[in-house]
Amino acid sequence: MFAACADPASLGDAMWFACFLTTGKHLNFYAAFGVVLLLLAITAPAALALGFGGAVLARTRGPLGWIGKGYIAIVRGVPDIAFFLFFVIALDQGLEYLRHLMVCPATDGPVYQGNDFVVCPAAKVPLSTSPQWVHEAYGFGLAVVTFSIVFGAFAANVLFGAMQAVPRAQMETAEAYGMTRGQAFRRVLVPQMWVYALPGLSNLWMVLIKASPLLFLLGVEDIVYWARDLGGSKTPQFTDYPHGDWRMWYFLFLLVFYLAFTKLSEAVLSRLMRRLTHGQATSGGEAQRRAEA
Amino acid sequence: MRLLAAAALALLGSAAIAQEVVRIGTEGAYPPYNFINDAGEIDGFEKELGDAICERAGLACEWVTNEWDSIIPNLVSGNYDVIMAGMSITDERDQVIDFTQPYYPPTASAYVGLSADADIMGGTVSAQTATIQAGHVASSGATLLEFATPEETIAAVRNGEADAVFADYDYLLPIVEASGGELVFVGDRVPLGGGVAAALRESDTALRDRMDAVIAEMKADGSLNELLAKWFPGSNVPSFPTN
Repeated sequence: MFAACADPASLGDAMWFACFLTTGKHLNFYAAFGVVLLLLAITAPAALALGFGGAVLARTRGPLGWIGKGYIAIVRGVPDIAFFLFFVIALDQGLEYLRHLMVCPATDGPVYQGNDFVVCPAAKVPLSTSPQWVHEAYGFGLAVVTFSIVFGAFAANVLFGAMQAVPRAQMETAEAYGMTRGQAFRRVLVPQMWVYALPGLSNLWMVLIKASPLLFLLGVEDIVYWARDLGGSKTPQFTDYPHGDWRMWYFLFLLVFYLAFTKLSEAVLSRLMRRLTHGQATSGGEAQRRAEA
Repeated sequence: MRLLAAAALALLGSAAIAQEVVRIGTEGAYPPYNFINDAGEIDGFEKELGDAICERAGLACEWVTNEWDSIIPNLVSGNYDVIMAGMSITDERDQVIDFTQPYYPPTASAYVGLSADADIMGGTVSAQTATIQAGHVASSGATLLEFATPEETIAAVRNGEADAVFADYDYLLPIVEASGGELVFVGDRVPLGGGVAAALRESDTALRDRMDAVIAEMKADGSLNELLAKWFPGSNVPSFPTN
């Protein structure tokens, strides 16, 4: 990074660390924080949308209701890690199999040859010829989809409960005013359910933040991957910055990062809760009204 | 003139298409075989060798890192085409995947402990999961302590969790040298496995034959020995007989 870094062995402590902490590898580590934040930024709204859809489905009667309830029950019941490991491979191979059916010549052998999963080069997702960033983006995309499905199921359960919690009398009143079921749902139920859903959703957000190191399991080079690699002891033959086992310090840094991030989230969520409570027929809303009066 | 330019362009285009892309998976945590250097790029003996093989075979190679634990499953499901990750040829692996001829002679493994009289036969010995070393420790009578990464196997010895670590001699040597006497080799070296080789899917015979031919060529003209001497310096440089 700096010109002075050419010979780190001759540097004083402060300068040594300045050089050490700006190696290309460390820059990758810092960039990985962006990857984690990006994952959260995409996954949270996607999971919320899936959850909303799941909750709406679960409220209907008949086959659609079974789909919604089945989604919630199955995904919530399977351990995250098992689902992650299974689903990412299954999704990847499923996509490749579909492409295989579409683009590969029929003369190609079977897809499963012994242990090997083989599709023709044109059916690979992404193509072998694609640049590396496409492969990384694809891996990240698979992770986002998997996270969204898992957390969507939990969000669906929270939202389902929140929809049930809106007083039934309000819906009856809306219908008495001549609103259709759809109108009553959009105008009366949805705006009011958030206040019931928020405690559950904020919980889920915290769990999602803490689950982000699972990215590492999915082969995405996230902050845990780099912390482990950077912290591992380095011998002078293979680096200009030899050091002992510093993994503890790197993991401590991750710990502080996650604590700070969840603390910040808590502050934002409690403000949001105050806002949503305003004017609601709940004990919180009532307390706010009295305080203002 | 314009025709010539067009022809040249067409040639260039076809050359770019003709060059087959091969993705090589490695662990990136096992110096000197493979590791991530200060710049954050994959480096090491296998990186340099792999690039040389690809150049001679006219392949465009793309390197990816993958956890050791899942490095074989991800090969057979097609996420990359070749493994070059200090992987020794063993019968168990050969049933699942195919190997080229070895580009590193059968490896000597060694024990490293805090003192030269560490109990390696009856004590606790750490090794990386799913390696030939782990298999050897399990059958030696010592208690096997497995870790996902090589780094952790060393840390286990340093903090007293294990009496010794059992790993490739070439991986341990720089660590012992840098430890300033804290770590020492225990007992004799143990030859294990059929050499380190590149691994491919069993169905990928054409690529295997192509890489195999280049490795044979590099052995014959001595260029492989040069690489070995560069990355594994010391009193006991591994080498192959040349023509």
